[in-house]
Amino acid sequence: MTTQNSRQGQQERGGRERLVVIGNGMAGMRAVEELLAIDPGRYAITVFGAEPRGNYNRIMLSPLLAAEKRFEEILLNDLDWYAANGITLKAGDPVVAIDRERRVVTARSGLECGYDRLLLATGSDPIVIPVPGRDLPGLVTFRDVDDVAAMVAASARGGSAVVIGGGLLGLEAANGLAARGMETTVVHLAGHLMERQLDASAAHLLEGELARRGITVLTGADTAEILGPDRVTGVRLKDGREIPADLVVMAVGIRPNAALAREAALEVGRGVLVDDDMTTSDPEILAVGECVEHRGQCYGLVAPLFEMAKVVASRLAGRDGLGFTGSVPATKLKVSGVDLFSAGDFSGGPGSEDIVLRDAGRGVYKRLVLAEGRLRGLVLYGDTTDSAWYLQLLRAGEALGELRDSLAFGRAYAGGAVTQDPRQAVAALPDEAEICGCNGVCKGRIVETIARAGLTSAEQVRAHTKASASCGSCSGLVEQLLAVTLGEDYRVAEGAEPICGCTPHDHDSVRRLILARELKTIPAVMQALEWSTPDGCHSCRPALNYYLLCAWPGEYLDQAAARFVNERLHANIQKDGTYSVVPRMWGGQTSAAELRAIADVVERYAIPTVKVTGGQRIDLLGVRKQDLPSVWRDLNAAGMVSGHAYGKALRTVKTCVGSEWCRFGTRDSTAMGIALERMTWGSWMPHKVKLAVSGCPRNCAEATIKDFGVVAVESGWELHVGGNGGMKVRACDRLCKVETAEEVKLWCGAFLQLYREEARYLERTAPWIERVGLEHVAERLSDPDRRAAYHRRFLESQRHAQVDPWAERAAGAEAEAFRPLASVEG
Amino acid sequence: MSLVISWIDVGALEAIPRQGARVVATPRGDVAVFRTHDDGLFALDDRCPHRGGPLSQGIVHGHAVTCPLHNWVIELASGAARRPDEGCSHRHAVRLERGRVLLALPADAGPEAAGHG
Repeated sequence: MTTQNSRQGQQERGGRERLVVIGNGMAGMRAVEELLAIDPGRYAITVFGAEPRGNYNRIMLSPLLAAEKRFEEILLNDLDWYAANGITLKAGDPVVAIDRERRVVTARSGLECGYDRLLLATGSDPIVIPVPGRDLPGLVTFRDVDDVAAMVAASARGGSAVVIGGGLLGLEAANGLAARGMETTVVHLAGHLMERQLDASAAHLLEGELARRGITVLTGADTAEILGPDRVTGVRLKDGREIPADLVVMAVGIRPNAALAREAALEVGRGVLVDDDMTTSDPEILAVGECVEHRGQCYGLVAPLFEMAKVVASRLAGRDGLGFTGSVPATKLKVSGVDLFSAGDFSGGPGSEDIVLRDAGRGVYKRLVLAEGRLRGLVLYGDTTDSAWYLQLLRAGEALGELRDSLAFGRAYAGGAVTQDPRQAVAALPDEAEICGCNGVCKGRIVETIARAGLTSAEQVRAHTKASASCGSCSGLVEQLLAVTLGEDYRVAEGAEPICGCTPHDHDSVRRLILARELKTIPAVMQALEWSTPDGCHSCRPALNYYLLCAWPGEYLDQAAARFVNERLHANIQKDGTYSVVPRMWGGQTSAAELRAIADVVERYAIPTVKVTGGQRIDLLGVRKQDLPSVWRDLNAAGMVSGHAYGKALRTVKTCVGSEWCRFGTRDSTAMGIALERMTWGSWMPHKVKLAVSGCPRNCAEATIKDFGVVAVESGWELHVGGNGGMKVRACDRLCKVETAEEVKLWCGAFLQLYREEARYLERTAPWIERVGLEHVAERLSDPDRRAAYHRRFLESQRHAQVDPWAERAAGAEAEAFRPLASVEG
Repeated sequence: MSLVISWIDVGALEAIPRQGARVVATPRGDVAVFRTHDDGLFALDDRCPHRGGPLSQGIVHGHAVTCPLHNWVIELASGAARRPDEGCSHRHAVRLERGRVLLALPADAGPEAAGHG
């Protein structure tokens, strides 16, 4: 205890009440400012702060780091302000203990200070994840001016930086470091950036923008270790990847700083517990800001903190009135040039509905979540001009009524003057309105050309005017213009039907645009091509998954959520919810060991039915879902892998015994079948694909009703394509005859790759060939160089595809998919 | 007869894949707990009103699921089949609290009784 302090306490005793504020941050000082505004002379105020400086605007640390602002510009209250308002500031001397009985706080220096009312505004601490190397020099958090100074110093030396955490703070740190010339990588645990504020679509746009700024983003990346013996040299992820770094910024989140309150035996949850009056479990002690927990909620954004500060001030001034009842948090990313805003609850839930507006040309994405006719949450990207208006609607919580229909178009349209019907909207456009931004084609020119040249399809409009010929994002508008101009006469051209109700685009356009615009994820496609639903449907999602897999082999990450159950669980669902399992038997050939293993599995797992399939395989029917991984493990142990009998994939290669045994056989069809199956197994296709090889023209393997059939003749191998049994039987077309086994494999791979690249999802080879014509197929494959290129692309894709999905799951992958989340006893 | 419904902690939100579902086994049959793209949570009996297909294995899109057996589309909020199909799967109340998924299940009810979402 110092004499100076006892004196101070006594001076005030009997005079003004003493208010002590612990924390010189934004929330505490805002509360003091509010208090001074409504009751200036009431308290003798003492403020303790951990940082040795005046009060500054912490949310402006990002512009400070990015060198867009100087410290003086982000200072809120300089030392003169404290003096002028009679506030005693103890900067750089944090409080270390509260004695509630004596009503005295003790600072680190030993200084004691008595209080009548105490305000806790201790803020929050950055979370440092407990990985090895977290104490190394060169690792900083992003919380105060000192952190920024450390980052600025590091960036002056150049080199590279890793930011751990792709949330608000992490991205702002990354942007600042990149702006200061560091090679910057963001490592983020979740599947997309800012997952608490953004949905996947907006996060994808953001990722693209950051990439343009030279920032590398790694999502789904779990940090294992900070590397370096003496100071940081890099970051190692749990998947083994290592990223070199001279600076590591840990920005994974904040934790309310409630240590002082806890030691003083105040009630503490995640933060200091307060009621609506911002009062803690001790009626003389209030708390404000990031250190508090109110109605189960902790806040890390500035707006709610300021609302709390108002309540604190009014209570300290002895006034009643509205308490703090919680707040709708709103987020704005402070990265210059990136317009991103989110607010409220956009997590959906029962009874909520989505309004999605995408404008790929302008890079705009808006998602509004409504419940019971009221705005509940929103995400805006690319155009945040109306954010304040939306936030007002959100906070008012009133029924939207007629406003609902035009809500997505923003405030300017909210009067109801603009129609919602897109066709009427197009009709109302002036002639000079630009339809195709890429090629500068206006509405008047398109309408005039349709009339003059008698155009009836979007294809023709594209050919005549170039509208929608480049990026294709105006295809929908062109269709609308055709409909408006031709009226009843307009029919969507056959074969150009949309994939589903989620999009106006047809399969071929989507594939073309995936390649042309290098779209590499499902959210990217949906954003760029203006999908009308947030995440597609059961028709378009599997199609997009296949198209992306085909377009970017080895690069695109297969999405389980875009797969039909059979392809997700690698077994065939049956009518009773059990599954069937078909092990691969290369070329339809098996052995005693395999049969014995199958018999053991059947008995061990009490599998009710064993059936031989049309494709020369053995089908185990009625396997319970939870048994699948064990069944596979046992089959794997005997050398058998997935037969892919469940997938839009290469199914089987059926063979006859050929020249090895048959007295008519001309060539070894079984060996050829096995070779083809070894080459093609595991490949994903637009639809199921079946192969067969017959050893002579008697064709016992029925090769001429297969997708790719091979029939041996004395002089070589006849190749047939585009056949199938099934609902509509189609015999193959004869493609050509080749002489060597190598040529058979080359043509097979080339043909399958052509089919993979050109057919529409769920179109088998038979309808595909009927649609495009055998001549087209023959023409594509006739040139030896081009044929070899198709074959090469097939093998490249196979390099990534030939992984046994059973072995992965038998080893424990996706184990949770096979067992219940929980079991509840009666 | 009075109906007692209790909230049962069935696991962490992260244990359910986005755009997916997990099953909770109960004495009255499986309940499918869905997590949508926007982290909405819904729970239905794991039986399609059409032929009893396991809805938990369907493709989840928006706030709907497509049954894996015959492509009926079931609205997750109501359990009702999307037109022109007709039928309804039984709903259960489900909510999220501090990252944990809580499912409302009847504690001692007969086979007819259940929660209301």
